[in-house]
Amino acid sequence: MTAVSEIRVELPQHLRTLAQTGIEVQLEVAMPITIDAVLDAIEARYPMLRGTIRDHVTHKRRDFLRFFACQQDLSHDPTDTPLPQAIVSGVEPLIILGAIAGG
Amino acid sequence: MSSVRVLVGTHKGAFILTSDGKRKNWKVSGPFFAGFDIYHVKGSPADPNRIYASQTSGWFGQILQRSNDGGQTWEPVGNKFAYEGETHTHQWYDGTPHPWEFKRVWHLEPSLTDPDTVYAGIEDAAIFRTIDGGLNWAELPGLRGHGTGPRWQPGAGGMCLHTIILDPSDPNRIFIAISAAGAFRTDDGGLTWKPINKGLRSQYIPDPNAEVGHCVHHIAMHPQRPGVLFMQKHWDVMRSNDAGDNWHEVSGNLPTDFGFVIDIHAHEPETLYVVPIKSDSEHYPIDGALQVYRSRSGGNEWEALTTGLPQQNCYVNVLRDAMAVDSLDQCGIYFGTTGGQVYASADAGDNWMPIVENLPAVLSVEVQTLP
Repeated sequence: MTAVSEIRVELPQHLRTLAQTGIEVQLEVAMPITIDAVLDAIEARYPMLRGTIRDHVTHKRRDFLRFFACQQDLSHDPTDTPLPQAIVSGVEPLIILGAIAGG
Repeated sequence: MSSVRVLVGTHKGAFILTSDGKRKNWKVSGPFFAGFDIYHVKGSPADPNRIYASQTSGWFGQILQRSNDGGQTWEPVGNKFAYEGETHTHQWYDGTPHPWEFKRVWHLEPSLTDPDTVYAGIEDAAIFRTIDGGLNWAELPGLRGHGTGPRWQPGAGGMCLHTIILDPSDPNRIFIAISAAGAFRTDDGGLTWKPINKGLRSQYIPDPNAEVGHCVHHIAMHPQRPGVLFMQKHWDVMRSNDAGDNWHEVSGNLPTDFGFVIDIHAHEPETLYVVPIKSDSEHYPIDGALQVYRSRSGGNEWEALTTGLPQQNCYVNVLRDAMAVDSLDQCGIYFGTTGGQVYASADAGDNWMPIVENLPAVLSVEVQTLP
């Protein structure tokens, strides 16, 4: 049996509107918990978010989105890096943030 | 009584403007998809309640929206635009080869007969089609794979496929236009394409008469006369009487023949509309006076239409997809500006009034004539 963990994810406002969710969603994600695994779970639950956080084909993060967790910017880490224990345990959310840019 | 529904895409959302056939009193709905660039909103000719919208963002990429109830409610549909086969390269600004990269959907053209079939013109230039109401999109690769593809290059706004015209007399014939590659036509339903730029002359490219490389801004066709095309090129208003095989200039007495929009009266195939813009470095009307120009002779002889339009201190632009006509007996003309105004004329351009005046910059205007 695959071990899973309940992960909290905060979405930026426009993606909440698109997915019709609140500020935070909770997802069951199979271990090991990585950004890839969390995004896979988000896109499975909310298919309308496919292509909005990362590219459909290359899975490259969109330039103006950032991944924050535990007061760290994880945006430039390899996306298969295990996330901090506080994320895995659900104490802290993974924050997907729209960059402050443009108008 | 007939009514009209004007679909407006802006820099920060979509708006729907509705009125009865008198077109004097308007109801404004929106913003839909607030905060997003809405490049184009267009309804299906086969089912007016089916409307598609291209919602894009520098942050979140491309989203496609669909309505089944005339724009009251919307649902996101497929947004995956993957080029078919090898990516290939086009010419970058510095002349080097650059791989095609999907950026956004500029134009949506629903089928004339099937509400589930829609063509999408995208940046970097390619044409895609859905046959399942927008859930899945597939490229028609014959266009991008055309032999001249490596020589195409972006205009200032990107290398966008911005115009798609379906020939009502021949389901296999489609016209498209790309900035800055030119116009192309398929006669086999999108399998193969050929450039149709003979007669275009563009001083800003090394060979002014080149097969491709022309900055075509928009093309218009009257559905009852599909062999005749009118074009607003970067500079020059052009006409073709043979489905694009040959073009000749009909700028005539226009005060400037730079502009973006061009459209045709719903019941008079020789009556054309353009909005002259001062120049390619000054994207606003001459002397701050917003003027639509009308030709009733298929070009060359033009008259200024100014009643109801600002004639001083007006420095807006009218972008390429931001003019449309309704098909009521007294043809209505509509256009939107980068200043956020949407103007309407219920008498073929003689008199104008603003429907709304303070929207975000208008990117596109379409109109549906409803029974």
